[in-house]
Amino acid sequence: MTMTVEELIGKELFKVVAEGDDLSRQVTGIFCCDLLSVAMGRAPSDSAWVTVMGNVNTIAVATLADVSCVILAEGAQADEMCLARARQQGVTLLATEEPVFEAALRVHELIHG
Amino acid sequence: MTPANIAGMAAIKGLDVIAVTDHNSCKNCPAVLAAAEEYGILAIPGMEINTSEEVHAVCLFEELKAAMEFDAYVYDRLFPFPNKEEIFGRQQIYNTDDQVCGTVPNLLINAADISFEGLWELVRGYGGIMFPAHVDKTANSLIANLGFIPPDSKFTAAEVKDLKKLHPLKKANPYLESCRIISNSDAHYLEHIHEPELTLQVEEKSVKGVLQALMNMK
Repeated sequence: MTMTVEELIGKELFKVVAEGDDLSRQVTGIFCCDLLSVAMGRAPSDSAWVTVMGNVNTIAVATLADVSCVILAEGAQADEMCLARARQQGVTLLATEEPVFEAALRVHELIHG
Repeated sequence: MTPANIAGMAAIKGLDVIAVTDHNSCKNCPAVLAAAEEYGILAIPGMEINTSEEVHAVCLFEELKAAMEFDAYVYDRLFPFPNKEEIFGRQQIYNTDDQVCGTVPNLLINAADISFEGLWELVRGYGGIMFPAHVDKTANSLIANLGFIPPDSKFTAAEVKDLKKLHPLKKANPYLESCRIISNSDAHYLEHIHEPELTLQVEEKSVKGVLQALMNMK
């Protein structure tokens, strides 16, 4: 099973920091990692990427890896440059106070019931 | 930002010394050093390396030749991931006539397969010094990425972006008490180059003199 970014937002599990250009795109999996150099090569496209890294390069990597959204866990904040880049690149940026595993588990449960 | 307008801006600001520290690259050092010489400014060849832990550290070298050898060493250890200009920007190389003479194909912002552990010794082997960059930041800093300063560290200086954070940082990380603390503009754009507000006492105004001042632990 999959769901769209819009449906994920609609569950109101996460705070919406920035809404991307294409909310109808599918979320087909979850990827968790904070090292951008690893995420760059390994994050599957159309996945929800859970990380605590909220800087401008996070958005660059999200665009490159073509993930469907970024979820900032552990209350991590997107800095100003990150937010501006997310809006510019049309990347959906969500946030939660929950730890990385729990945040990922919520998405997993939604996808796999 | 071209080498000539970096040197020109440094001259207008009245800076004595600048350091060129592109991410994982020294390839623009020859051009900036040449431009700085024309403006009568001392320029130090260097690099802001991104280690395998994604810790940013500034490496400064006494000799341009050694910096270029270090550049080759680092480039060999970068993941061969081609740069995408529309996402990460251009990676141009300038010549000493301030003209673009090449482009670096692989993405430079990536982490190099070089650990922070052993980086001091590695850079010393090229006649340079290394200090962790923006240790107060929450991303790409030694303290944020490793969680603490490794007790067997050998670096003698540390850079802090916001000096107001220095006191709590020192309390939490006593290693910093013995370090020469510096702050720099970390300018990615011409307009971000600082005024000459902070000074460093040196024995002699030379690259060697600056490196020695940064190596003199308190």
